[in-house]
Amino acid sequence: MSSTSRIRRDRPLEARLRRGRETAVHGILFLCAFISVFTTVAIIATLLQETVGFFQEVSIIDFLTGTAWFPGAGQFGILPLLSGTLLVAAGAAIIALPVGLATAIFLSEYAPAWLRGVVKPVLEILAGIPTVVLGFFALTFLSREIVQTLFPDAKLFNAASASIAVGIMIIPMVSSLSADAMSAVPRSLREGAFALGATKFEVARRVVVPAALSGIVASFILAISRAIGETMIVTLAAGATPNLTWDPLESVQTMTAYIVQVSLGDTAQGSLEFKTIFAVGMSLFLLTLAMNVASQFLLQRFREVYE
Amino acid sequence: MRAPEASFRRRLFARKVTAMGFAVLCLLGTSVGIVALALLLIDVTQEGIGRVGWDFINSFPSRRPEDAGIKAALWGTIWMISITAAFAIPIGVGAAIYLEEYAPRNWMTRVIQTNISNLAGVPSIVYGMLGLTLFVRAMELDRSVLAGSLTLALLVLPIVIVASQEALRAVPNSIREAAYAVGASRWQVVSRQVVPVALPGILTGIILALSRAIGETAPLIMIGALLFVPFTPSGPLDRFTVLPIQIFNWSSRPQPEFQENAAAGIIVLMVVLLSMNAVAIFLRNRFQSGPQV
Repeated sequence: MSSTSRIRRDRPLEARLRRGRETAVHGILFLCAFISVFTTVAIIATLLQETVGFFQEVSIIDFLTGTAWFPGAGQFGILPLLSGTLLVAAGAAIIALPVGLATAIFLSEYAPAWLRGVVKPVLEILAGIPTVVLGFFALTFLSREIVQTLFPDAKLFNAASASIAVGIMIIPMVSSLSADAMSAVPRSLREGAFALGATKFEVARRVVVPAALSGIVASFILAISRAIGETMIVTLAAGATPNLTWDPLESVQTMTAYIVQVSLGDTAQGSLEFKTIFAVGMSLFLLTLAMNVASQFLLQRFREVYE
Repeated sequence: MRAPEASFRRRLFARKVTAMGFAVLCLLGTSVGIVALALLLIDVTQEGIGRVGWDFINSFPSRRPEDAGIKAALWGTIWMISITAAFAIPIGVGAAIYLEEYAPRNWMTRVIQTNISNLAGVPSIVYGMLGLTLFVRAMELDRSVLAGSLTLALLVLPIVIVASQEALRAVPNSIREAAYAVGASRWQVVSRQVVPVALPGILTGIILALSRAIGETAPLIMIGALLFVPFTPSGPLDRFTVLPIQIFNWSSRPQPEFQENAAAGIIVLMVVLLSMNAVAIFLRNRFQSGPQV
């Protein structure tokens, strides 16, 4: 003890400086982390403030059950925007979920290491393609060359081509998250099944996929949530017609595309029509938040832990 | 051959065929993503390569498609990404260091951590609405590069944080223990031992986050980045446009000449993004084996 007290006596200033610096660093780093909480609070406050203003003028029941969306004519039923959003997301899911799952099974069960080393970076590049580029692709290639060739009566702006492009966008998300979940399944489970004479398909279907199911379903939910929040592809390719339809060859408008349309136009800020984007944004935020929370809950609650 | 054996052989054959079919199916599924990427790159290149050239890169937008270029958008993107990086990198890495190296295991830490995963899933357009209310209106930054950059910094923050956290978590504890054992303070351990080891992983995360920011369009439309900008920004408070917005503007016009310009703009954007991606993949493969201790 005597030696430590001598050190303290010899360099009290330095020791105090050091302790002060440690405290300051700790505080600054905490602030950095706390900015994320601030962001969430700010998002909710922003959306809530204008949404409350909107619902003082429009009944929330009309908003949630109305089947016509013509803000200019005082009709504020979100169902056409919601159906447009869900139509595009459902189409994207039909494409991306099976393809993403097949890719994940291929990567984790079949592909040799060198092939994984090629396929994974390619999928990462796909994941990094800006959505405005996919929107251009949807409009100039998918719509004109594929959808309109197969279905000549399809509109140039149609839900189908936007769906395909959004599906392409979320394939890497499904495949990488599902593949991660499958790689976490221990080798011994697979080897046990192989030892009983199972084929690779049987091992994948009866052992690996069930063991990784919570991760796979979580990746599905996250990907659909991404599809619902996607903006530029649907703005460019799905059209601008709030249309209560389930026909993918029709032009529709999603919630996100509506928000873009209003902010591009010359709607006066503070007007009721401008407030609509916050009500729609709030609906979008709550919808995606619910899905993200569900996916995290699945991951934490049902994760099989092998140690 | 006895009957049970024959039926066993038949079933074995069916199982093997199913297994083979399934393998082919998985291979086909995997090729869908790759083929889509290839089609996209070919389509864009075919449409736009004829327009890419020095004049295109060094001209302002114009009402005549053949004179139009991306000078304003390119400089806007450079401005925007520099300011975004200046905010997102220190705050993101700082938050990750706090969560991995400092944070006590209490409810506050859990709230922050859960919150970050939720923020990563918030649609980008919602960030645009936040930016419009907070930076453009409340902080009166107007529709400036700074307002756009701050919005995008908030948007990519979760990516930087999560990637940096993973990199820090991979640093073996023995390094920390050794540094503490020779009397280093916590900050000395973190800044001189842990962060340098985690740096390749952190850098990879930063590059991915910045390439996400470069490609973002919707939040910048929300905060009112201009569609037609015949000037380059000369300071953080100037109005601006960026490459994706220029591409969006050209894509949404019906004339094929403007679509060609859009494709050319995409080529420039993709070259930038692919180079960044290549650096990230290189960094990761170079250091993937992790720290050898």
